[in-house]
Amino acid sequence: MTDNPVSATPVSDKKITVATAWLDGCSGCHMSFLDMDERLVDLAQKLDIVYSPLVDTKVLPDQVDVGILEGSISNEADLHHAQEFRKHCKLLISLGDCAVTGNVPAMRNPFKLEAVLNRAFRETVDLQPQIPTVGLPALFRQVRPIHGCVEVDVFVPGCPPHADAIFYVLSELLEGRTPDPNKVTRFGA
Amino acid sequence: MSRTVTIEPVTRIEGHARITLQLGDQGEVQDARFHLTQFRGFEKFCEGRPYREMPALTARTCGICPVSHVLASNKACDHLLSVTIPPTAEKLRRIINLAQITQSHALSFFHLSSPDLLLGWDSDPATRNIFGVMRQDPALARDGIRLRQIGQTIIETLGGKKIHPTWVVPGGVAEALTPEKREAMLKMLPEGLEIAKRTYAFFKTLVPKFKDEASHFGTQDTLFLSLVSPEGNLEHYDGFLRVKDARGHLLEDMVPTWEYERLVGEAVEDFSYMKFPYYKPMGYPQGVYRVGPLARLNNANSCGTPYADVALAEFHMLQESGPIASSFHYHYARLVEIIYALEMMERLLKDPEILDTRVRARARSNRDEGIGVSEAPRGTLMHHYKIDDDGLVTWVNLIIATGHNNLAMNMAIREVADAYVDGNNLQEGMLNRVEAVIRCYDPCLSCASHAFGEMPLVIELKDSAGLVVDRLSRG
Ligand code: SF4
Repeated sequence: MTDNPVSATPVSDKKITVATAWLDGCSGCHMSFLDMDERLVDLAQKLDIVYSPLVDTKVLPDQVDVGILEGSISNEADLHHAQEFRKHCKLLISLGDCAVTGNVPAMRNPFKLEAVLNRAFRETVDLQPQIPTVGLPALFRQVRPIHGCVEVDVFVPGCPPHADAIFYVLSELLEGRTPDPNKVTRFGA
Repeated sequence: MSRTVTIEPVTRIEGHARITLQLGDQGEVQDARFHLTQFRGFEKFCEGRPYREMPALTARTCGICPVSHVLASNKACDHLLSVTIPPTAEKLRRIINLAQITQSHALSFFHLSSPDLLLGWDSDPATRNIFGVMRQDPALARDGIRLRQIGQTIIETLGGKKIHPTWVVPGGVAEALTPEKREAMLKMLPEGLEIAKRTYAFFKTLVPKFKDEASHFGTQDTLFLSLVSPEGNLEHYDGFLRVKDARGHLLEDMVPTWEYERLVGEAVEDFSYMKFPYYKPMGYPQGVYRVGPLARLNNANSCGTPYADVALAEFHMLQESGPIASSFHYHYARLVEIIYALEMMERLLKDPEILDTRVRARARSNRDEGIGVSEAPRGTLMHHYKIDDDGLVTWVNLIIATGHNNLAMNMAIREVADAYVDGNNLQEGMLNRVEAVIRCYDPCLSCASHAFGEMPLVIELKDSAGLVVDRLSRG
């Protein structure tokens, strides 16, 4: 075809690709994403969720426009995820207080990791007290926010950030602008 | 050559997990395990915090059912205060709990599982998701979004926030209900009920199509544990513990929740950060039981609201007699519970007492140990705290809905793998069924990872020396 309508459409009409993952969080930030409700239907016209706990793709594509991470970095798998996102996503967003500050997961930092594990798996159980390790990612002694391990481009605080704040960030990106989330959300929001 | 198939991450579930299937020489399944790969350690880091912080803190175990944690935690705090909360406060707490059951069940059914039911387990994984459902059946997708929104909006109206509201407090709730808010909520309910009835009618037409799956998706004998009301009816907020066996005999009934430790023990396996609760009198692992919508409907004498009771009668006809065994019918039970929740919220909101302004009992801590139990969307949730004289927490244990189902989920993936997985000819759809049985339980692994963790799908075939001989990834 000589007159390809796709190439004729403006750049801004091209769907942007979005990947999301939850690291050490409570999934509340992803739920706030879903709280965009019917706006999701319209958004789905403009962006493609190519990798996320909400879809079945198991491997992060090589090139993604926007990566969104919820949660902090508490174990080897979290770190691996964050590094993969940084490598493959043009823009990386830290979504929510756990990603931005460490928040609740980081509350274990003042304690020795052994003490935390012992309490959960030896001191509060009735049978077979032991620390699980088989096929499980090793825990770090210190929980870190995302930017403690990889560079982050946009920080969206809140526990969780309101759906309107998430919508604002995505809309700005779709318009080709850099969002300023501090206008619409804050820590602990 | 024995091989291991790893499904990672398990998707369209809440949280992080991995499934491993151990295959024998003939490609037959020898072992199946469900691993939770996230761990947070609430039991430890809550230590030293004032008990009044516990509701807001423990809510952060889960963004899908934060209200359940807020309720169980506040009930444990009520126990610490040694108060009976005002009747209106209890009714208001019940409403926010039912709103959450509505939104969480809607999420499980529409957003997470409907892609399998509508597009098929073997359909293209690239579009087998809620966005694919939006294209295939936009009306159904919109119904799901709207129903979840109604639940979330009621939570926000009462609690001030959709996720992690702080309005429920030790002794009751922070603020009385206003007539305006009551009207706003009452206005939404009829639409919600219409959607719920429509979806239920639609799902009934699907059930015969999934006979085969229903007969392999976690059908083994287990016990059922849940709360029931003093009359033995469906209960989500308070009441007593009931345990039924697979034949429908009552093993325990009207057990006060603070005696939960007599019924429930916890074991640890080396392959999961999720502990393995079991019914203590039968020991481990014989004391395997299920919780959640299926268990609640199996245990309840009746729902107590008109339309839900009709649906409950139909639910019991899924099987000739006895408690419904197949975990596939968790989906069915969830839809019945949505109907119940919407009917019950309307009844509670129309109660003249609901606007009473006495909604909070005030006291200092009057006990050093508190236990709070409620029904989360996924099953019975138990919070247990000990505090010192200054009201600082010294010891915490949380037994999470998803945790109770851990043994049963491990048995279920084995059953599905035996039925569908052919190790000599692996297909993505086979493995999606293994994941789908997990979706029936709607596990909440964030919750489970308060002490345990993570779910992904890459399938690796390893030889007995652990070398990867083949790899199949979903992407
Ligand atoms: S920031 Fe809050 S809502 Fe988001 S994952 Fe962390 S605890 Fe959950």
